[in-house]
Amino acid sequence: MGEKILEVKHLKTYFHTDAGLSRAVNDVSFSVEKGKTLGIVGESGCGKSITSLSIMGLVEIPPGEIAGGEIIFEGEDLLKKSEDEMNKIRGKKIAMIFQEPMTSLNPVFTIGQQITEALMLHETLTKKQARERGIEMLKMVKIPLAEKRFDEYPHQLSGGMRQRVMIAMALCCNPDLLICDEPTTALDVTIQAQILELINELKEKTGTSVMMITHDLGVIAEVADDVMVMYAGKVVEHATGDQIFEKPMHPYTEGLMHCIPKLDDDDTQRLSVIEGMVPSFDDMPAGCAFCPRCPEARQICRERMPELAEAQGRMVRCFKYTQEWEESGE
Amino acid sequence: MNEKMSQAPLLEVKHLRKLFPAKSGFLSKEKTFIKAVDDVSFTLMPRETLGVVGESGCGKSTMGRSVLRLIQPTSGEILYKGQDFMKLSGADLRRVRSEMQIIFQDPYASLNPRMTVGEIIAEPLNIQKKYSSKEETRDHVVKAMEVVGLNPKYYTRYPHEFSGGQRQRIGIARAIVLEPSLIVCDEPVSALDVSIQSQVLNLLKDLQSSMGMAYIFISHNLSVIKHISDRVMVMYLGHVVEMAKKTELFSNPSHPYTQALMSAIPLPERHSKRKKIILQGDLPSPANPPSGCIFHTRCFMAQEICSTQKPELKDIGGGHYCACHFCGKCQQGE
Ligand SMILES: Nc1ncnc2c1ncn2[C@@H]1O[C@H](COP(=O)(O)OP(=O)(O)O)[C@@H](O)[C@H]1O
Ligand SMILES: Nc1ncnc2c1ncn2[C@@H]1O[C@H](COP(=O)(O)OP(=O)(O)O)[C@@H](O)[C@H]1O
Ligand code: SF4
Ligand SMILES: [Mg+2]
Ligand SMILES: [Mg+2]
Repeated sequence: MGEKILEVKHLKTYFHTDAGLSRAVNDVSFSVEKGKTLGIVGESGCGKSITSLSIMGLVEIPPGEIAGGEIIFEGEDLLKKSEDEMNKIRGKKIAMIFQEPMTSLNPVFTIGQQITEALMLHETLTKKQARERGIEMLKMVKIPLAEKRFDEYPHQLSGGMRQRVMIAMALCCNPDLLICDEPTTALDVTIQAQILELINELKEKTGTSVMMITHDLGVIAEVADDVMVMYAGKVVEHATGDQIFEKPMHPYTEGLMHCIPKLDDDDTQRLSVIEGMVPSFDDMPAGCAFCPRCPEARQICRERMPELAEAQGRMVRCFKYTQEWEESGE
Repeated sequence: MNEKMSQAPLLEVKHLRKLFPAKSGFLSKEKTFIKAVDDVSFTLMPRETLGVVGESGCGKSTMGRSVLRLIQPTSGEILYKGQDFMKLSGADLRRVRSEMQIIFQDPYASLNPRMTVGEIIAEPLNIQKKYSSKEETRDHVVKAMEVVGLNPKYYTRYPHEFSGGQRQRIGIARAIVLEPSLIVCDEPVSALDVSIQSQVLNLLKDLQSSMGMAYIFISHNLSVIKHISDRVMVMYLGHVVEMAKKTELFSNPSHPYTQALMSAIPLPERHSKRKKIILQGDLPSPANPPSGCIFHTRCFMAQEICSTQKPELKDIGGGHYCACHFCGKCQQGE
């Protein structure tokens, strides 16, 4: 085990809605090692974004509520920080890239104005220095004609180019942790390949730790050292990338792996599916949240939620790997 | 296979073009056009699935909609079961239209929020005045709902009460209710989670084997395209750059763009030995496409000739078409 840069313990982020209490992040624990990439995967609504927004202190409260837990970053609990203190950490020590760069870039300011603002937030630079540094950053993320782009507005750039600008801004201050929330989901595969290569290169150069959130197991396979699989607000499996791809253990992880069409499939066959769909928070099944969709569920699964427990050198939340499974023998 | 070969084509598209007027600077007198679809030709056999793949903005949706004349093509020929579809109007057009349907990517945007599920699915039947009695229409709708795996008890519900996957099933039920011969599927699974995507792909395949319609299946996802298609067409900037039987295309991709697309897909496997071809830059503007080969500005194989001379889409063997001056097979042949 290397040094941990981030440790999330029993995080609970809830939303109070008209339909009742949504436990978007329901007792989630994990850590990110220094210089490593943690991939977080799961289908929409399983709590990936809310987990990262909780770390950034960007959950809207209300309707949201941090109902419990700790977020230890470089030894200190972020949940105990004041808004002022968080402002100093955001952007400087922890930076985040979102799926849709257009919503995080301000349309009325030039790329240059926004990138220098990010720089000036943490360093005192003259106007000329800031311009030079900004252009340097744009070049680092391989934006062609950086000098010209510097003075353009976000709408003049393509989606891939805007995502590069976001990465440049995120990396302005050499953050210790970079959170990427579906950074390539809105992009074409050819542009996705450029962006993933860029993130990997920058990670190697700067030693930044990365949290990579995606629903795409292909992206996970390429970038993640460790993988955490979420389902309905909970971690269901946490393992190394090699372990997960060699043998997914949780039936949900297994289902995810098998239902995607692959280039080397025998495509005369039907795709394997995960029956049904993700339960909504006001319709959570008793017991294991995955049990209505699980091909292996037994009576015990309908009665209690299994714990996230160690099995074969990784963490899995499934009765299959417990003593009780043998005893429940069906 | 042989059976397919001996049949007449369901659809023949020849030199299809669709231009959109581009916004031009207000001082310039010259009118410019976005060449969204520029000289696309293909045939489609009954029961066949033609996959159409390419980056966003390459003209896939425009092509699909032009073929159905949901937007009016600028020029070109469309023969449907041998009839000149471009010349049809009035009752004839309506009759042929009823054999062609479309399914959209966004099941949220494409369903009228004020209509019940039953009304949505019945609409094509009513437009075609298929049945005179309400009961008959209803029976037919219920049957379509059952076929796509929607519980008929949802007949009177509204689309917002459904999940994305279920809404896509509503869209599919609506598309099949007239038992069409052709469905254009425009990114039907792109907005769905992978577990729901696989359910919908299986459904589309099952429907095809039981009802026998042909699909033009549009997607930017090559793995999905490979799973569902018989033949595949690769588009770039409004042009077809490569087209072949699926197995041929995937075992022997010949256009550099196809090769790059294939290599760029992140595969769900560790330590893949595959060498990635990372294309430089973005898609050029279709209002001002590059000279010569439209792909030359991003091509890793480009030579001088590529910027001056347009490569023809030619058969490089056994119905495998490729438009490149230097594609592997062309070279061997010459
Ligand atoms: N503002 C909000 N109000 C109520 N519920 C919310 C809000 N934001 C998110 N949620 C709920 O939290 C859950 C997790 O959402 P999210 O973290 O965005 O999922 P993911 O990123 O994995 O797709 C979802 O079920 C969603 O409905
Ligand atoms: N109604 C329209 N008016 C002007 N331009 C359009 C229109 N529809 C599409 N385009 C342009 O035509 C090109 C092809 O678009 P589209 O067919 O939607 O591509 P795809 O479906 O492959 O993403 C794009 O450059 C797009 O901006
Ligand atoms: S606990 Fe039971 S229902 Fe849940 S994933 Fe494991 S086997 Fe399936
Ligand atoms: Mg999200
Ligand atoms: Mg489209």
